[in-house]
Amino acid sequence: MIRNVLDYLDIDAAKAPDRIALEDEYGCMTYSEVRNSARIIGTFVARKVSVTDRPVAVIIDRNARSIVSFFGIVYSGNFYVPIDASMPAERVALILETLSPVMIIDARKTDNVFEGAVSFDELITEDVLKSSGDELAQASLIDEKLLSCINSRMIDQAPLYSIFTSGSTGVPKGVLISHRGVLDLVQAFEEAFSFDEETVFCNQAPFDFDVSVKDIYNSLYCCGRIVIAPRKLFMSPKLLVSFLAEKKIDTLIWAVSALRIISDFKALDNAENIPALKRVMFSGEVMPAKSLNYWKKMIPSAKYVNLYGPTEITCNCTYYVIDRDFADDEKIPVGKPFVNSRVELRDESLKVITDKNVTGEICVSGKCLALGYWNNKEKTDEAFVTDPCNPEYPVKMYRTGDLGFYDEDGNIVFASRRDHQIKHMGHRIELGEIETALNSISFLTISVCVYEESKEKIICFYQADTECKKEIVAELSKKLPKYMWPNEYVRYDVLPLNKNGKIDRKLLRSEWEQNNG
Amino acid sequence: MDELKKILEDLRPDIDFDTAENLVDGNVFDSFDIITLVAKISEEMGVEINVDDILPENFNSLKAIAQLVDKYRK
Repeated sequence: MIRNVLDYLDIDAAKAPDRIALEDEYGCMTYSEVRNSARIIGTFVARKVSVTDRPVAVIIDRNARSIVSFFGIVYSGNFYVPIDASMPAERVALILETLSPVMIIDARKTDNVFEGAVSFDELITEDVLKSSGDELAQASLIDEKLLSCINSRMIDQAPLYSIFTSGSTGVPKGVLISHRGVLDLVQAFEEAFSFDEETVFCNQAPFDFDVSVKDIYNSLYCCGRIVIAPRKLFMSPKLLVSFLAEKKIDTLIWAVSALRIISDFKALDNAENIPALKRVMFSGEVMPAKSLNYWKKMIPSAKYVNLYGPTEITCNCTYYVIDRDFADDEKIPVGKPFVNSRVELRDESLKVITDKNVTGEICVSGKCLALGYWNNKEKTDEAFVTDPCNPEYPVKMYRTGDLGFYDEDGNIVFASRRDHQIKHMGHRIELGEIETALNSISFLTISVCVYEESKEKIICFYQADTECKKEIVAELSKKLPKYMWPNEYVRYDVLPLNKNGKIDRKLLRSEWEQNNG
Repeated sequence: MDELKKILEDLRPDIDFDTAENLVDGNVFDSFDIITLVAKISEEMGVEINVDDILPENFNSLKAIAQLVDKYRK
């Protein structure tokens, strides 16, 4: 019985040891090399920490070693937490404080190893990569007995990874996902999209975003190949297209914003630009029909799929295969549930809605649900509730906070949010987290943020004696990753209040719209 | 150059564009910056940059971006 995602790595490495599993800008790693390296790391971690189900942080980069480190941690019986060290130090510290990792592995190619971390280079040397599994066991670098003992005690509800996401109170939340969540996800994807060992995935999403989880585990499940695209390519649309062609990429599971880099700049001339491309799958935010129509027109032979779901339900819970033409201003449905996920619309008292065109909150139940937010019972209890409409036995349900309705064909269509969470350039952001950071700045009296969706801009309204945009950004850059910085700053002598005595966001927004067309 | 510098400073107030080099190669810019910048250059300077010119070397510094814009103005 498969209980652990790495059972698939064991199967792949036995079946196709010399097949390329991972490719990055530094080179390629075969399935056998990936497995051996991961088992060395697993042995090292297990010997050092002698606990299981605890967090091990990985300082990530866009490279194969990050993935190998993840697998190594899983072999040790623990779970991994990808951390992007290019985030402001304050935020990294906040995450590490919430997490209390038992170990940190730095997977970057760097001389400047993260403080307190073990460097990947120390664990996996060139010699090690050339050795066979037996040689590594003989050299005591891999302890087969220890690893198999850990594996035998494993259950599928054990945590596999945690990804930190924006928190409305200013503290990021660590969504904790189980092995079962990912095992179900890859089986559901396989049923719906039939990947096979010829599949070449191009990884776009950074590893601290769960879009990348689908590349890693779908590829492992079908014994395919992942090519990690260098970050720089996403700033040169034509070079990106050439890269996809050269690497014979056939599957893209990308954030909408990344696909739009190609469509908005019109970087395609015809289908021959990316001849191998078979599947274009997107998620993270609403795909504008206009951008999709461009892709479909240029590469009509590919299958296009809209994927939907928050990190808390293991990547995606619904999908919609684009099966018709959409007008440029039409909304693309998020579709119907994947197998073994229950996705329902609920009204304010959490009663199930079945009527068409009635808006309700998208609520999810099933094994895809996260185990909760790491070390944050309050937020876990708020979002993961017991279904009140099922009093006879407890059913856990995740309230996404997304509002949607059923269209004429029974597909769910995303409508809006019920709170201040936004999607901006593929990132999920709580405006509250930005406001918490702004309000900690000493020279600002008070500030609020609104999101202007049509212009894709976060607008900060602040109360201060003088204009101080540059100074605000300087302070924010110490606290928040760049994608959370507001795009516009508007100063007020006094921010207007509504009749409840709160800052009047509606009025601020309409004033901004008037002044900015 | 001043007009362009103002657009850049407005986009990224955290960067000193008089000295900054390697904006793309050094991972200072991200794709959002490039998209916004190309749109702003079009809106505010009336210069439509062709996709073939959206290359790292053309966006690595204020000077490089200015040269690119000048190419279209000639």
